[in-house]
Amino acid sequence: MTHINDTTTLTAAGIAASVRSGETTAVASVQRHLDAIAASEADVHAFNLVLADDALSRAAEIDAAVAEGQDPGPLAGVTVALKDNMCTRGIPTTCSSKILGDWRPPYDATVVTLLRDAGAVVVGKTNLDEFAMGSSTENSAFGPTRNPHDTTRVPGGSSGGSAAAVAAGFASVSLGSDTGGSIRQPAALCGTVGVKPTYGAVSRLGLIAFGSSLDQIGPFAHTVDDAALVLEAISGHDPGDSTSIEQPPLDLRSTLAQGVEGLRVGRITDLPAGASPDVQGRVDEAFDALAAAGATIVDVEVPAFGYGLTAYYLIAPAEASSNLARFDGVRFGTRVSAPDTNQMYMATRTEGFGAEVKRRIMLGTYALSAGYYDAYYGRAQKIRRLIANDFAAAYAQADVLLTPASPTVAFELGDKSSDPLAMYLCDTYTIPSNLAGDPAMSVPFGTGDGGLPIGVQLLAPALADATMFRAAAALERHAAQNGVSS
Amino acid sequence: MSVQPLYVNDDDFFPSNDDHERWEHQGYEMVVGLEVHVELDTRTKLFSASPNSFGDEPNTHIDPVSLGLPGALPVLNRHAVELAIRLGLALNCTVQKSTFARKNYFYPDMPKAYQISQYDEPINANGWLDLPDGFRVGIERGHLEEDTGKSTHVGGAGGRIHGSDYSLIDFNRAGVPLVEIVSRPDIRHPEQAKAYVSELRSILVAVGASDAKMEEGSMRVDANVSVRKPGADFNTRCEIKNVNSVRSVGRAIEYEAKRQIALHEAGEPVVQQTRHWDESDGKTHTLRSKEDADDYRYFLEPDLVTVDPGEDWIERVRAALPPLPAVRRRELAEATGQPADSESVMLVVERDQDAYVLAAGADGGDVALALKHVKESAELADAVPSKHLAELTTMESSGAVTATQAKTIVEAMIAGDHDADPEAIAAALGYEAMDTSELESLVDRAIAEQPDAWEKFCAGEGKAMGALVGAVMKASKGQADGKAVTALLNQKRA
Repeated sequence: MTHINDTTTLTAAGIAASVRSGETTAVASVQRHLDAIAASEADVHAFNLVLADDALSRAAEIDAAVAEGQDPGPLAGVTVALKDNMCTRGIPTTCSSKILGDWRPPYDATVVTLLRDAGAVVVGKTNLDEFAMGSSTENSAFGPTRNPHDTTRVPGGSSGGSAAAVAAGFASVSLGSDTGGSIRQPAALCGTVGVKPTYGAVSRLGLIAFGSSLDQIGPFAHTVDDAALVLEAISGHDPGDSTSIEQPPLDLRSTLAQGVEGLRVGRITDLPAGASPDVQGRVDEAFDALAAAGATIVDVEVPAFGYGLTAYYLIAPAEASSNLARFDGVRFGTRVSAPDTNQMYMATRTEGFGAEVKRRIMLGTYALSAGYYDAYYGRAQKIRRLIANDFAAAYAQADVLLTPASPTVAFELGDKSSDPLAMYLCDTYTIPSNLAGDPAMSVPFGTGDGGLPIGVQLLAPALADATMFRAAAALERHAAQNGVSS
Repeated sequence: MSVQPLYVNDDDFFPSNDDHERWEHQGYEMVVGLEVHVELDTRTKLFSASPNSFGDEPNTHIDPVSLGLPGALPVLNRHAVELAIRLGLALNCTVQKSTFARKNYFYPDMPKAYQISQYDEPINANGWLDLPDGFRVGIERGHLEEDTGKSTHVGGAGGRIHGSDYSLIDFNRAGVPLVEIVSRPDIRHPEQAKAYVSELRSILVAVGASDAKMEEGSMRVDANVSVRKPGADFNTRCEIKNVNSVRSVGRAIEYEAKRQIALHEAGEPVVQQTRHWDESDGKTHTLRSKEDADDYRYFLEPDLVTVDPGEDWIERVRAALPPLPAVRRRELAEATGQPADSESVMLVVERDQDAYVLAAGADGGDVALALKHVKESAELADAVPSKHLAELTTMESSGAVTATQAKTIVEAMIAGDHDADPEAIAAALGYEAMDTSELESLVDRAIAEQPDAWEKFCAGEGKAMGALVGAVMKASKGQADGKAVTALLNQKRA
């Protein structure tokens, strides 16, 4: 079954412009999206929590501000869905895990504050693979999210709820977090734009950590311009996040229309195999489209790319094993009573965490253990440096790189849920950017098997987000003007 | 991750230590290194804006970071770094680029289930501390870390978590900045350990890094103790915790060294373990063995970046460092002619009254006498302007008043009599210097009245002099100068 509501034809930029000019109201914009939710959410299950009343009253405030001649900001009246691992003051934040219970954060994540300050309206908290660990949004304590293009299929993950919310038209834009591809892969599977910005471009304060050195928040949107609009609003230095880069918000939209004349687009000749023919076909067409728009295609090598997955599955679980240790039943969330402290920890964590989270905590604990550190975590860190060096060398020859985002189109629910390794392979093409800290994004580019969306991935060196967006806009224009095969 | 050796053992580094007394028991010596945790005297916590304050209502100085709430992130307190640099420079350390790591373990008062601590790249490395007697103790490192919360275990035995009915946790202390100062295993005598702790405390207070109060827990000492035959290789060591006073430091390591010596002598192994010092029975008790030790799974803290203070900052801190206690003792010693490790010099510098003594000297007084009075009367410095002390010491050294009278005048000055003017006080008390002939007649009278005492004194019995001097003092109503009386008696005997 398909659930693509007519709200998907509205852009965030368009809504904001008409709300700011008084042509339409924020309440109307919000109500349209709430109607779409009412029509399709029962089948899609994009949300853990829909904040209908909050959203309508916030929208009314925005309309009142406009009526008084104030400017509510660049996202005035734009509906936004938040992945449920971003803290919202007084509103349950679950990470799709039982362990958080009914915990309500006493603070908003920096991105939430920035979105609200820009006039956006939060319509709900979206489903995810528990603690962002997964590629299908099936690892949720609250049940899976389904792909709005075909509800027998997964939306990808871990930000599957946020991807599905935009794809179904439940919100104009949404935020996800990307630790190894958790924005780009579901964006590809749901046919939306999805961006993982440069590490440090967007504050992580208030994002419940999975792999702190890899996690980055980014937008889902219908268009490249909308993604840029949101990213401009949420990026910039945050003194509350020590890894936040000390620079002003990203400037993306001013160069979007510049085209790719003279831009060097790299084709990674030693990219790991694994992309299905339909996906590979769209990637090849994307190279042709950029060449036709004036870009130069260059061959580059990134020899360590293929080791990314292995290194990632040591580094991310290692950090996760430490990040998730605070869920101990002592100060917040679920507590299962037991005769003594150690048994309470064990009972709480046994009850509170799902199987995939436990698997990764064990993997990570092992990788950091005395006697194994050098062989696992230490070696993974060396690979991480190699990957960063290889990318740097490739970027001496190319301005951006182009690869598949996901190896396949959306797969069916249950397909990979009993085979963790097959699931991990979904992130083959997305993981290396997280290890390098570089920006990358998925752009919808035609469809593949079963008429399902395909996304191609653009990669760029750190802080070259604007260049990446310029290439993405060129692909989007090509798809709109010339169409893409399906 | 292995800890890099930061220090090359260089014999020239400790040129003078061989001359110092070593503790010895049944042919063994003790090998002791101390790990001292000090709470830095910052306004706020190491990674959040909650106040760093002791003794307040539990759980009033908390925030998402101190509680380890999901989504919270640490931001390093710049002032804590500054204080760490200060104490590092005061301990002759190299101040270097440093990183933070996570030390992972579960405990209810450890909110994140990991402690953020510097591990393989500490901010301060490779320094030393000279004890007042010149013994040099190497400093391996002085690294920044956060404190834990404080647990109170209610019910059960001995206030331990095991067997307690329930536990209360106060997170006010969670995230308070600490520096852990790790000495090299250079200490060979309980007195050296005590002197090390005292001297470290003085330095910390002098540079404003910490109030270093052992009784309030803002300075906590753990001792690593092993024993060996001199010159032999190091043996297995035990770590002693809960050493809460300078005196306990000496007692605990001496007990522990003797315990280990007894094991060696009995042919039994010393097991590497953490032991708990019990002040009440004067013994150490097993806390946990190495086999029970946590695997802390250290790794680089991804939420923080490298701390690189840079030469400029370090040099600014160095330039602003106040004179350290050792330097001040040396100055006071040189000015007064007393040894730098004499009781009076040590005490007066510890009380922060050395500048006052030197000021009395600068005001024209006798600085040695000023030292004596300040040492004996701790209130002088706060109560009396240095120029009045200077005047008093001049009166005393010129013989205008006797030592006994001077002491009485000091008390009156502290009490604020006559605006603390020593001449006015002396006049009011009727103190006048006796002329020599008057004094001599009193001495003659004392000899005449106590012929036995005089005979004994002449026969070389020093004690007999006391009776004669006492008689003169009594007859003069305390106005006679004891020193002058003694001189006259000696003169007459000769």
